[in-house]
Amino acid sequence: METTRKKFNWRRFAIATLVLYIVFLLGPIVGLDIPVVAAAIKANPLQLVQFLIIGISNGAIVAIIALGYTMVYGIIELINFAHGDVYMIGVFTSLTVLSVTGTLESKDPVKIVLGLIFALIIAIVFCAVLNATIERLAYRRLRNAPRLAPLISAIGMSFIIENIGLMWAAQAWLVPSFGTTGGASQKVFPDMLGILFASLGWNINLLASSGLALRLTIKDLLVIVLAVVLMTGLYLFVQRTRLGKAMRATAQNRDAAKMLGIDIDRVITATFLIGGGLAGAAGLMAGLYNNTAWWFMGFRAGLQSFTAAVLGGIGNITGGMLGGFLIGLLASFSDGYLNARWTNALVFATLVLILLFRPTGLLGEQTGQKA
Amino acid sequence: MSKRFFAVLSVLIIASMALAACGATGGAGATLKIVSSLPMTGSSLTQTQTIVNAMQLRLEQAGSKACGGKYTIEYEAWDDASAALGKWDPAVETENANKAAADASIIAYLGTFNSGAAKLSIPILNAAGPLTMISPANTNPGLTKADKDLPGVTDSYYPTGVRSYSRVVAADDIQGKVAANFVKSLGATTVYILDDQELYGKGVADVFDATAQEIGLTVVGHEGIDPKAADYKALMTKISTSNAGGPPDAIYVGMVVDNNASQLLKDKVAIMGDNETVKYVGPDGIQTQAFIDGAGADVSAGVYASVAGVALDKLPPAGLQFVKDYTAKFGDLTEPYAVYGYETMNVALKAIEDVCAAGGDPTDRAAINSAVFAIKNFDGALGTWSFDANGDASLTDMTFYQVKDGKYEAVGTFK
Repeated sequence: METTRKKFNWRRFAIATLVLYIVFLLGPIVGLDIPVVAAAIKANPLQLVQFLIIGISNGAIVAIIALGYTMVYGIIELINFAHGDVYMIGVFTSLTVLSVTGTLESKDPVKIVLGLIFALIIAIVFCAVLNATIERLAYRRLRNAPRLAPLISAIGMSFIIENIGLMWAAQAWLVPSFGTTGGASQKVFPDMLGILFASLGWNINLLASSGLALRLTIKDLLVIVLAVVLMTGLYLFVQRTRLGKAMRATAQNRDAAKMLGIDIDRVITATFLIGGGLAGAAGLMAGLYNNTAWWFMGFRAGLQSFTAAVLGGIGNITGGMLGGFLIGLLASFSDGYLNARWTNALVFATLVLILLFRPTGLLGEQTGQKA
Repeated sequence: MSKRFFAVLSVLIIASMALAACGATGGAGATLKIVSSLPMTGSSLTQTQTIVNAMQLRLEQAGSKACGGKYTIEYEAWDDASAALGKWDPAVETENANKAAADASIIAYLGTFNSGAAKLSIPILNAAGPLTMISPANTNPGLTKADKDLPGVTDSYYPTGVRSYSRVVAADDIQGKVAANFVKSLGATTVYILDDQELYGKGVADVFDATAQEIGLTVVGHEGIDPKAADYKALMTKISTSNAGGPPDAIYVGMVVDNNASQLLKDKVAIMGDNETVKYVGPDGIQTQAFIDGAGADVSAGVYASVAGVALDKLPPAGLQFVKDYTAKFGDLTEPYAVYGYETMNVALKAIEDVCAAGGDPTDRAAINSAVFAIKNFDGALGTWSFDANGDASLTDMTFYQVKDGKYEAVGTFK
């Protein structure tokens, strides 16, 4: 143990040196030229605030999806690869509900608001049930199998759901705007908030009257507010309720929790229900924010959210939120001040750097031999 | 449970053996196989499905026979995309090329759609006979023409030294140049360039960039985007003040629709307004209905995209006849690449007939390949054209389309 530990430190030192070399010497190539960036900020300081708004809004969506990853990992130590795709189904569910209820064509503000609330509820319920069903079908029987088995079945579920999304996007009878180009292409998620504000005669940019060259749209605000509400609710649920306590106990030690009379299956089902519900809510939020429904969007969002969960410390709920916002901000600032080509590299370099010095993530707890 | 499972399993096994036996008896006789390798999982499907339809149509017109009925021709449409990537997948394309190389009955490989994919399969097929490869859609110049900045790269695609790759579509050294001149003709003086970092997208954007500087357009910036990002609002915010505090006159995007093209446009319109204020121009990769459906008719209104060749209603008589036949069989045709798919199958069948007419053996891959390169003054659906020694067709027309009421409409043809 002692010798391996020493060896590990050396390796860590070497990698850290390499990362610092890349950041400081190769940084200017990617546009990480600090004086240039500083000059850009000085020339237009308001834009910094703008990037902050964009970063937080994007980060909020990532954070909510990340919660689903981190909760499931905390309880059963499974990376639920299908989670990102449940979020994609959330986008399609809410779009379909909006279409079927006639909200998409409506210009009546009351009807739009009611339609959106109804879509939110249906998306949450549908995705919660879907996620719990996935657990029941694909993971429960493998709970005591080697770690790799549920992981592979999770990847399998991910492909199955992606293909359901592909088929769903081809059903123009459900949502006429899907058109005739088949399920593979990106679909429009109509800008319901824009339509709502136009029908009320309000400007979608809440800061328009301030005279500042800033855009804080109702979309940004809704995404941020909804995210904060959901996260606070989740935090209080896990900390204050009996079921939340049972979840924490199960996460700490499944066998001991069982011995104390906690129904493990019920706790795990509840975890998947909550994670799926959050993904469904994130689906509606992302649809309203980015106005896109695409069968492939779950994969991208899943990768980003998983990164966020690891960055914040997988298994830790606050960490998942923090990681989500951090990734949103990093991507926004990189797009804004550096070359967009390097945004992904920057996000993952940050992940590597943080994991080097805090292998359990920013707020990760010591998981000991579990990891 | 296990007994029933065993019973079901044995029925399945017997059924599959019976089916396999049927297959074996059906495949007798001299058969030549032609395959296509195109991305059929992802947004490009809107384009590639019409290409496959057109290839099938051409083969049916020939009665699936060649050389006076001596040979039966089979056609298989292979997919080179994967669900994991949602677009063409290097691993799948390589696998397709190896599979084709190993199957001696395959005498022509029609594809690919993406230039990056062609780069992988050309060397594999070149070493297998060579097995001739005819593309309906690759436009990266470097696949056939040596680039003075990258000496030897083009030759490295052809390890046997014999050219075995041809295409019926004009390359991006023409498309990028015509696009830059077109943007200037719209009255723009400043332009911001974005690309999807793929061989095709970056290739056409680079040609555009170089030409823009030659003809006096100011290139405010040239960036590659992350094709998997959830949105591009931060990037578009930056571009909106990149031209001395204001937006540039035009944005040129070198990309294919699969790489989040609709999202990029949505965020551009959200930040910088409609496509009249800041013009939005792209290459053939976004000239597909899928792009418009993804962005919405109102958001995409006014977007320009170029495609090699002339508009469908300006095609020569053989092309017009194709459009008529296609519409009768498959319904309305708006996608621009179907006629190129038709022409590649046309070329493959012509090569087989030419080999037979010369008394050769059409199962000989090398003979078929030479026959393809020997095609001169071919009277096809695209007009009368010839292949040069590099495998490029002598077609240089470039047509610009603009989105009006949710459809692309031709606005003019340039050279």
